[in-house]
Amino acid sequence: MIHKYKLNGYNIVLDTNSGGVHIVDDLTYDLLDNVEAPFEDKCPRNVVEKLSRFYPEEDINSCYDEIVQLYNDKILFSEDDYEKFAKYSVASPVKAMCLHIAHDCNLRCEYCFASTGDFGKGRKLMSFETGKKAIDFLLEKSGDRENLELDFFGGEPLMNFNVVKQIVEYARSREKEFGKRFRFTITTNGMLLDDDKIEFINKEMSNVVLSIDGRKDVNDNIRKRVDGSGCYDVILPKFKKLVEKRGDKEYYVRGTFTKHNLDFSEDVFSLYNEGFDQISVEPVVCEPEAPYALTEKELSSIFSEYERLSARILENEKHGGKFNFFHFMLDLDQGPCAIKRLRGCGCGNEYVAITPDGDIYPCHQFVGLEEYKMGNLEDGTFNLDMKAEFAASHVYTKPECKKCWAKFYCSGGCNANNYIYAGDIHNAHKFSCQLEKKRLECAIMMKAARLECEIAE
Amino acid sequence: MKHIKTINKANLKETAKKGGCGKCQASCQSACKTSCTVANQKCER
Repeated sequence: MIHKYKLNGYNIVLDTNSGGVHIVDDLTYDLLDNVEAPFEDKCPRNVVEKLSRFYPEEDINSCYDEIVQLYNDKILFSEDDYEKFAKYSVASPVKAMCLHIAHDCNLRCEYCFASTGDFGKGRKLMSFETGKKAIDFLLEKSGDRENLELDFFGGEPLMNFNVVKQIVEYARSREKEFGKRFRFTITTNGMLLDDDKIEFINKEMSNVVLSIDGRKDVNDNIRKRVDGSGCYDVILPKFKKLVEKRGDKEYYVRGTFTKHNLDFSEDVFSLYNEGFDQISVEPVVCEPEAPYALTEKELSSIFSEYERLSARILENEKHGGKFNFFHFMLDLDQGPCAIKRLRGCGCGNEYVAITPDGDIYPCHQFVGLEEYKMGNLEDGTFNLDMKAEFAASHVYTKPECKKCWAKFYCSGGCNANNYIYAGDIHNAHKFSCQLEKKRLECAIMMKAARLECEIAE
Repeated sequence: MKHIKTINKANLKETAKKGGCGKCQASCQSACKTSCTVANQKCER
């Protein structure tokens, strides 16, 4: 399976099964519409005749030879022989956990998928006792996995920061005994950040996600305090301080774009101009009826904006500027292995979410969906059948994914989105797919452009 | 090659043979939290 497209002056051909990425001339681009494996020694006469109206016959033949060579090198029209690996997709140790430390929030962001923090289940803070049980659960279920990930999530985790500190201390105290290494992360809206919290976060958290939507008016229009006023002026200086003191450790400023800011590249650059260099701005996930929802109607605008953003980033790089945009980051040589790409995010199998009551869900997006409650830390239940169901969910059990060129990049997409918006974890949420594919096309084009720049230098 | 420039060196198929060690990050534990992208992650082996 190949996927070819034109973007920003480049003709790009992607070979799905090998991950091969090729920049081709117009002749190759057109020739690929007319030939397919298995190949003959020479370009079929009818194809040569058809294209010789536009290209010299000699070039058509030499181009055909190059295509055949790449086919023989197994990086063009390569075979899909991954299904045999997919069969080994069985239950794995639990290695990552999203800890809902606070089902409460001090902001009232209109688009919040957590129903302004409580996930529709009432405002609650996690106790240290429950947090401790979560750590014990992770230690017990993690088998031979050495790196354990624990994300403090909410609601707003800083509303229960003493418990965050206690849990970190407890987890660290057990690392040696179990031969594990905890990697903590925290996602915060920044309202309660102060010097002490910044110091603790920068010391203990391997990644921190700072929620801010970009331009002040865009942010304040939707990320509101309880009194209705915007939060931008409070959070921006705190985020700057945190990042300044953080050194080389990972962080992201992370925004959401909606129908109200389809010119979201302005928000990305607003964050960049404020001094941030690790930026993620992502499409809102919500019911299509919501006033800020992104729908099919907005699709062409979003596509154009992703193209504009990718071109602006490249232009910025030409002038020496540099930042990472999370959804355009792609490592074509050192990325995840094919097995990881088959399995996807790992929710419900390698990854679970824990609520303040100790309820276990496949991930934070499933929290509150009773049919997907996997168990509870207090009563020791953990539904292994459901875990096995998630373990067996991969790109080859998702009919639409199986035949999609992007399957090894998104790995079957978000199971929660699939369930909530398409009715089943195995049904692709087509709207998300379309955005994902556009982002990939942009990201791959950027690789081509950067390579060209390097060559020119 | 005159007509085609290949820009990556790795072949995904090679990674299938020795892959699946599970040392890498769970995909949603990074910036995302709302949309799944796996290919932007690192192999940690």
